[in-house]
Amino acid sequence: MNTSWLFKMAWRDSRRSRQRLLLFMSAIVLGIAALVAINSFGDNLARSIDEQARELLGADLTLSWSRTPTKRIQRLLTSIGQDRAYEVAFPSLVSIPRTGGVRLAQVKGLEGRFPYYGDWEVEPRSAIATFRRADQQVALVDDALLVQLGAQPGDSVRLGELSFLIAGRVEKTPGQAAIAATVAPTVFVPNRYLAGTGLLQRGSRVSYKYYYQFAPGTDVARAIRPVERRLERAGINTDTVADRKRQTGRAFGDLTKYLSLVAFVALLLGCVGVASAVQLYVKEKVASVAILRTLGASGRQAMLIYLLQTAIMGLIGATIGAVLGSVVQLALPQVFGRFLPIAVQTTLSVPAVMSGIGTGVLISVLFALLPLLSIRKVSPLRTLRSAYEADTAGRDPLRWLAYGLILAFIIGFAYWQTRNLQLAGWFTGGLVVAFSVLTAVSLGLIWLVRRLFPTAWSYVWRQSLANLYRPNNQTVILVTAIGLGAFLIATLYLTQGLLLSRVELSGSGQQPNMVLFDIQNEQIAGVRDAVREQKLPILQEVPVVTMRLTGINGRSSAADTAKPIDQPQQSARTDTTGPPPWAFTREYRVTYRDSLISSEKPASGQGPYQANGNVYISVEKDFLSRLRAKIGDTLDFNVQGLPLQTIIGGTREVDWNRVQTNFLVVFPAGVLEQAPQFRVLMTRVPDNQTSARLQRVLVSRFPNVSAIDLGLILKTLDEILGQISFVIRFMALFSILTGLLVLSSSVVLSKYQRLRESVLLRTLGASRKQILQITAIEYGLLGFLAALSGILLSIAGTWSLARFVFEVPYQIDPLPLLVVATTVTVLTLLIGLFNSRDVLARSPLDVLRGKG
Amino acid sequence: MSILRVEDLTRTYSSGGRDLTVLHGVSFAIEPGDTFSIVGPSGSGKTTLLGLCAGLDRATSGSVYLNDIRLDTLNEDQRAAIRNQYVGFIFQNFQLLPTLTALENVMVPLELRGEKGAKQTAQSLLERVGLGQRGHHYPTQLSGGEQQRVSLARAFANRPKILFADEPTGNLDTDTSATVIDLLFELNREAGTTLVLVTHDLDLAAKTNRIIRIKGGTMANG
Ligand SMILES: Nc1ncnc2c1ncn2[C@@H]1O[C@H](COP(=O)(O)OP(=O)(O)O)[C@@H](O)[C@H]1O
Ligand SMILES: [Mg+2]
Repeated sequence: MNTSWLFKMAWRDSRRSRQRLLLFMSAIVLGIAALVAINSFGDNLARSIDEQARELLGADLTLSWSRTPTKRIQRLLTSIGQDRAYEVAFPSLVSIPRTGGVRLAQVKGLEGRFPYYGDWEVEPRSAIATFRRADQQVALVDDALLVQLGAQPGDSVRLGELSFLIAGRVEKTPGQAAIAATVAPTVFVPNRYLAGTGLLQRGSRVSYKYYYQFAPGTDVARAIRPVERRLERAGINTDTVADRKRQTGRAFGDLTKYLSLVAFVALLLGCVGVASAVQLYVKEKVASVAILRTLGASGRQAMLIYLLQTAIMGLIGATIGAVLGSVVQLALPQVFGRFLPIAVQTTLSVPAVMSGIGTGVLISVLFALLPLLSIRKVSPLRTLRSAYEADTAGRDPLRWLAYGLILAFIIGFAYWQTRNLQLAGWFTGGLVVAFSVLTAVSLGLIWLVRRLFPTAWSYVWRQSLANLYRPNNQTVILVTAIGLGAFLIATLYLTQGLLLSRVELSGSGQQPNMVLFDIQNEQIAGVRDAVREQKLPILQEVPVVTMRLTGINGRSSAADTAKPIDQPQQSARTDTTGPPPWAFTREYRVTYRDSLISSEKPASGQGPYQANGNVYISVEKDFLSRLRAKIGDTLDFNVQGLPLQTIIGGTREVDWNRVQTNFLVVFPAGVLEQAPQFRVLMTRVPDNQTSARLQRVLVSRFPNVSAIDLGLILKTLDEILGQISFVIRFMALFSILTGLLVLSSSVVLSKYQRLRESVLLRTLGASRKQILQITAIEYGLLGFLAALSGILLSIAGTWSLARFVFEVPYQIDPLPLLVVATTVTVLTLLIGLFNSRDVLARSPLDVLRGKG
Repeated sequence: MSILRVEDLTRTYSSGGRDLTVLHGVSFAIEPGDTFSIVGPSGSGKTTLLGLCAGLDRATSGSVYLNDIRLDTLNEDQRAAIRNQYVGFIFQNFQLLPTLTALENVMVPLELRGEKGAKQTAQSLLERVGLGQRGHHYPTQLSGGEQQRVSLARAFANRPKILFADEPTGNLDTDTSATVIDLLFELNREAGTTLVLVTHDLDLAAKTNRIIRIKGGTMANG
């Protein structure tokens, strides 16, 4: 075949419609831009994580543990590395005496030159030196905490018995994303003063950590390999730079991959726009195709001419999109801001740009192929007599091939991005369902409007409605495209509300909404009084005993049995019958009582009991299977030095979604009463003021007791969700803008038809103002229908989410939905009018003279 | 050997469940170099017959031999190749490609064949029809008569063995018609092409060697 001729014809034929062709392809620009931006960002993030890996950890190695190690292990710990820093961390209530602010925070006692790598951003910088000298009671406090407590550097912060001068505001700690400070804001103090606070009592959740620095160039993994197993057996966690790099890289790799799917949705939306625009274009080209065929061109040649045109325009559109995306990615570090643990250096990512362009060309050609295929069937007979010949002949099996290719491409793309075939299948299936449901909803709405439209309405209204049904109208496509954008945004809002209401619900009615913990036995009476003084109920009071597991059915951890040290594969190979190693290193917090509570349901066997001198305990159902144990097995515990054998007597199912103290293991009463323990007390506070009052009382009388209330959880959750949804909204924005671009191109495409109609109306005596009104109402109606179908679908979606997944009563906040609906309608109307300004401005005579 | 032979040609359209027979057992043959016209009132089936002869349409029964090739056994793409090789067309409404210039329109049949020097050939043909200076104009920038002259140049571009013209002056005024018809016959004589002319204009038909009359889908006489 004469390829160069095809190119020449494609080129010549496009001369007079190039602007319009570009307009079709502009629909994919934003999708590609989003895709290239997110993938470039992902590449740059991965590279930055690689380059700054040591800053993620702040050291070459960290070792952490929660129970006091033996002397020998302690000697081992202090023999590693060249230099080390020490950290003791635990949660506690902290207060600012000046403002009266109280809040649960993470307290960290530091000793040594942490961080070894990376920048500890503290305001003022000199505060770090003051802090390291450790010759005064000074504290460095996370910015988020200062803001919440209304404090600033220069104030003092109270921890237990001691007050510390706040020397600096911590903006960023190496290796930590800013969002972490929202969840668990930290107060850093010199470790030497920590004992004086009186907070380090038994029962508090204290964890310890060494940060190590090695001589430059040391292979850290190799250096610790000989002691790795000893550390593991002693319950000490090892974290190397390589580990941290892997974890962080994986987490963010996943994140960018999923976000790239959101970008892909925008691209597909654009492609639907391309397909519908190309369809109109093909209709226009049928006469030319018939002439070419009469002159002897084959159907394939004719189709290829137009396929080439669309492919070249697709290439241009995708290239513009890739350039735009490379610019947009510069803004992404800001968008992700508080989630990033490191500073991301943004540079051009060639692989992201290339694959973006490739994807754009391929997918736009595949979608354009659907309407282009019909070109092959154009009959040359049209040159003799157009009236009788249908534009294109009926069904074409190749269309199914094109649909198949598109589906395969989508699945392939999703797989390529996520490397997860199942997910790719779900993604594609979900898309197909969303598109079809949205199309069905918009069809239904359009049908309804047509049915219900009162014939008595004014001419202007009836005419604008009729315009929605004009031949070759793109109403359904537009409603679907714009509706998808509205759907995405509305769903984000509704889901966020749903998550919050689920947490709110957990503390509704007479459920507890505040938990006081770390109460020592001798303090319990005083704490009860403090609660009653505030006229608050004591809803529940639970003893907690911490212990370790030493054996299951007499077998202890595989690591304990004598084995040659140098066989890492041996321990890595998962022994699926024996007890899992982690079971012996974790700490167990258990309670004792003879009955189940309201958040528990018996699953099998019996609740906790004693019989024949045996102790029968109850284990949470899922946890039992993770332990690879069954009812009747024996569990050996070490209760702070004393061995205790138990038998698994039954399992329970636990509803974890309540503000309750829930336990994996429950002992019967009469066994642990004399063991060292602390208590947890639950109450219900009516409002934030009461909550703050109670916390202030606790801080002054029982400084080691901590409190957490639902209000705080809700606030934190709200903040995190707000941040997350900002990121997703940013990506969804591309879909909405794409929908609007598809709208612009469709308005421009139908311009000629509109021009003739409006001229006809004007000749028949319609005023310019009436035509303006007709156009405005038409687009307003279109936008409104789109917004409505998007919102309806999103309500249906979130309703089923509420009903079947979250199991919360469904209620919607109409205000955000109203905002979405109005914005979409007004935008559609404005874009419609803007692109029709030509039609409105032309004089009828111009058109009759044939200058249209 | 005839350049075009039509045997017992019948064309039936079915629309809305009813069959409408537009052509009824038409047969004739044309020798190379002959000029030939088909006349008859509007709606008598002339265009239908032309479409069948040129291989644009398929007969319900009967057969068409073009240059001794039986058209009805070929598929559409094969017939397209035959058209490109042997057939030229002139239409009532010119049928120029609106997106191409006059010169490029004339070049299409040549380029489709992959011929070298398409541009020179097309340019000299445009000069021959008196439009040498208008090659870069688009069809919308040309008058009806000029457009038809471009389409004449295009029809002769691939040196067809047979030329089909369907009411070539149907959209032109009298004076322009005369110029176009003179040009058509002149070019035809020079190239020695067989000409099949469909018209309802008897004066025009009289310029050809043979006339067949069609009425209600059947041939009135040979
Ligand atoms: N595709 C078709 N379907 C139905 N009827 C047709 C079709 N094409 C042509 N006809 C009818 O066939 C008859 C002959 O048409 P045509 O060949 O165009 O006549 P002419 O060219 O002599 O005016 C007309 O009555 C026309 O209506
Ligand atoms: Mg006719």
